[in-house]
Amino acid sequence: MTILITGGRVIDPGRLDGPAEVLIENGKVAAVGQNLLAAASRDKGSVTVVDATGKLVLPGFVDLHVHFREPGFEYKETIATGGASAVAGGFTSVCCMPNTNPVNDSQSVTEFMLEKARAAGNCSVFPVGAITKGSEGKELAEIGDLRRAGCVAISDDGRPVMNSMVMRRAMEYALAFDMPVIDHCEDLHLSEGGCMNEGLVSTELGLAGIPAAAEDVMVARNIALAELTGARLHLAHVSTAGSVRMVREAKARGIRVTAEACPHHFSLTEEAVRGFNTLAKMNPPLRAWQDVQAIKEGLADGTIDVIATDHAPHAGQDKQREFSDAPFGIVGLETALPLTLALVEEGVLTLAQAVAKLTSEPAKAFSLAKGSLAPGADADLVIVDQQQGWEVDPSRFRSKSKNTPFAGWKVKGLVLRTFVAGRVVYESA
Amino acid sequence: MSLKQKDLTTIATLTPDEIMLILETADSFKEVSGREIKKVPALRGKTVVNFFFEPSTRTRTSFELAAKRLSADVINFSPSSSSVVKGETLLDTARNIEAMQADIIVLRHQAAGAAETLARGVKSSVINAGDGWHEHPTQALLDLFTMREKHPTFKGLTVAIVGDIAHSRVARSNIYALTKMGAEVRAVGPPTMIPAFLDRLGATVHYDMDEALRGVDVIMMLRLQLERQGRALFPTIREYSRLYGLTADRVRLANAGAMIMHPGPINRGVEIAPDVADSFSSVILDQVTNGVAVRMAVLYLLAGAN
Amino acid sequence: MMQHEKKHEKLIMDGHEVARALTRIAHEILERNKGVKGLALVGIRTGGVHLAHRLAKRIQSIEGGTVPIGDLDITLYRDDLALRKDQPVIRKTAIPFNISDLKVVLVDDVLFTGRTIRAAMDGLIDLGRPAEIQLAVLVDRGHRQLPIKATYIGKNIPTSRDENVQVFLEEEGEEDRVVILNGGAP
Repeated sequence: MTILITGGRVIDPGRLDGPAEVLIENGKVAAVGQNLLAAASRDKGSVTVVDATGKLVLPGFVDLHVHFREPGFEYKETIATGGASAVAGGFTSVCCMPNTNPVNDSQSVTEFMLEKARAAGNCSVFPVGAITKGSEGKELAEIGDLRRAGCVAISDDGRPVMNSMVMRRAMEYALAFDMPVIDHCEDLHLSEGGCMNEGLVSTELGLAGIPAAAEDVMVARNIALAELTGARLHLAHVSTAGSVRMVREAKARGIRVTAEACPHHFSLTEEAVRGFNTLAKMNPPLRAWQDVQAIKEGLADGTIDVIATDHAPHAGQDKQREFSDAPFGIVGLETALPLTLALVEEGVLTLAQAVAKLTSEPAKAFSLAKGSLAPGADADLVIVDQQQGWEVDPSRFRSKSKNTPFAGWKVKGLVLRTFVAGRVVYESA
Repeated sequence: MSLKQKDLTTIATLTPDEIMLILETADSFKEVSGREIKKVPALRGKTVVNFFFEPSTRTRTSFELAAKRLSADVINFSPSSSSVVKGETLLDTARNIEAMQADIIVLRHQAAGAAETLARGVKSSVINAGDGWHEHPTQALLDLFTMREKHPTFKGLTVAIVGDIAHSRVARSNIYALTKMGAEVRAVGPPTMIPAFLDRLGATVHYDMDEALRGVDVIMMLRLQLERQGRALFPTIREYSRLYGLTADRVRLANAGAMIMHPGPINRGVEIAPDVADSFSSVILDQVTNGVAVRMAVLYLLAGAN
Repeated sequence: MMQHEKKHEKLIMDGHEVARALTRIAHEILERNKGVKGLALVGIRTGGVHLAHRLAKRIQSIEGGTVPIGDLDITLYRDDLALRKDQPVIRKTAIPFNISDLKVVLVDDVLFTGRTIRAAMDGLIDLGRPAEIQLAVLVDRGHRQLPIKATYIGKNIPTSRDENVQVFLEEEGEEDRVVILNGGAP
């Protein structure tokens, strides 16, 4: 099967940005260049031509942070429905967090997830293993086994390792496998009971706050430990100005640290919580305006390498609760692209930067052979109409869950078609 | 004339005119409470449901009395006596109650925002009788009503609210109401009990009680939640009481004849010295009487908005 | 605006006629009750309140002695409360004496359907058990919907149901008069 995508603007971060054709053969990128049709027809006979005139042709997006809830919470999402949601949002590779039930702290859970992903056959799934057994923060999980089974990084996710000695050992141990150690930076004592950012809005609403310092102190600790151990540190969903400042400084000093930011953290502030809107409840919480500005600056100057969604599906009844009792998190895969393109519109990022933060940068952070259109790479790509406006309608999400604060938003940037290994896995209606 | 909104979940959305309307309507209802037959047929045929997730005999009784004096039918629900089971959401339970044709639901709940969440989900009017640390609108209205009996205008009135502001719905509702009406509010307490950006709500923040009480017309003491001891908000009750307890000497720092208020129940010897508590017990009783009148006014005005 | 309204009024009683009617009613009240002993006047808010005060003044000047006067707000006793979209403003009922065993004369400006008087009687009885309730009105315009009859009437005015009878009084900054306004209810 040979496919030729013609007429589009190809952005392959670090390699190419301009009008080009992409030739796909046997699920791989065969060539990117001009006038490929004649040669392809001569060699292969039948060629499916996809006209992408006026559109963007990009590597499939790579999301370092999703929760597909399987095993354990299949009523919220499964690897199949999560994958469907991913490709609808242009994501062809996702890294699944280990806070499943059971926790992904063993080879068998990892293998189960990979098996489910193969069966679903939509996007590539890269499991993230637990740092400690049961994510209890005490004993190290069998990280070597997890690596061998297919885990690409380790994280205790929403139950961050509070014991600094355990974290130090995990970082040291992971060095043996060159695995990034991810931390959800939250000092659980400082954030105890909190359900939104600590600030004016939490004061007005009488909700317990999570201060920015709860994130900052852990970012500081983790950077210090990364410096001590030489480990690869990846900071999940950075949300505060303090984090951005510390990561910037750490990078300048040559510490191996990468950072991701979520679209909701650069699109919304704590104001969205007003009215006790549980769809604006996530962890880390939506922060103040100054934090949002700092995140944007961090994205622009490269302090923040990656845009990741923290796709966290919850069923309707889970969110229709009192604010303090509702679970944290929102779905993000199907809104990430337009929210990222809004930063381009706003002049925060160039289009090439935005694409890199969705493709090559995340691939590099976790050493995934993805996010590029180099000849020989998997033919994971996405065709995007950058100018096409649409209204966010959660009922049309492929995800099993509809918990988004962006319902009704008029956005720009539509995924037209998504290819995984040369196969069309999504086509917009 | 009625309240424009279906519900009373917060003071924050009321206009000063609406606050005055409630207070003036309450004036009329206070007269009803002074009669031999303390009942008028204004809400005949309406059903008021008291839905209390936290025990509060005082507030519930006050609402019950208010509704009964307006001739409404009253049903009391509490999680122990109703079918509220774990897993059933607040909204599920409330819809069941609504199916009983409740016109007004009075909700007390431990979670901030519970009343607002409920109000969005049901057609009945919802009155917030206290939601977590968020608000307790009728308490603030009755406090204003009580202040107004002595000080007819709020402009120029200075009120000190002393204690655990951060965890107090009474403080929040009073700060909103008093600042809207043009009074000056001083929030007094240890920094651990003053929430972030409180000054942006229009109150000034004071850590020194003696300084803060100078020249105030009203001293409102908040109840210290004794179970908060050990959560690093204050070292000991003894020290708290020395720094932020109301003594006779401290009362003398305020303007002569200053009103002393407390939403009750009082921890004698903790936030208020026993002799001070005795000397102002009459105001507390006024607050109870006025509470019924204010709640009658709110029930009456919301019944019209339905 | 006042001028404009006047053009559409039909005058029924002028200031002199109002005064004469009140004087006559004052005499009738005294005659029927044989003096002021055990007598009380209760005006129905708002028009009736002013008329009650005027009647009291007349009674006192004729007979000497004082007659207790109260103001009654009937809002809470209206039979259409539950039907209305907007709650009417409640005014204070101020009856600073015990009405039990008194002969209470309710005073109102216009007697029409009788529903206001029904509400007023309910309101009164919630305050105590009067020995007797009488009713004094400046104008009776007919069209009763309840079996209610005035004890003292200033003037009977035949009207059609959709006409609007208005009593204007000096206490509210108007010239004393009773008129029929054109164009139905305001």
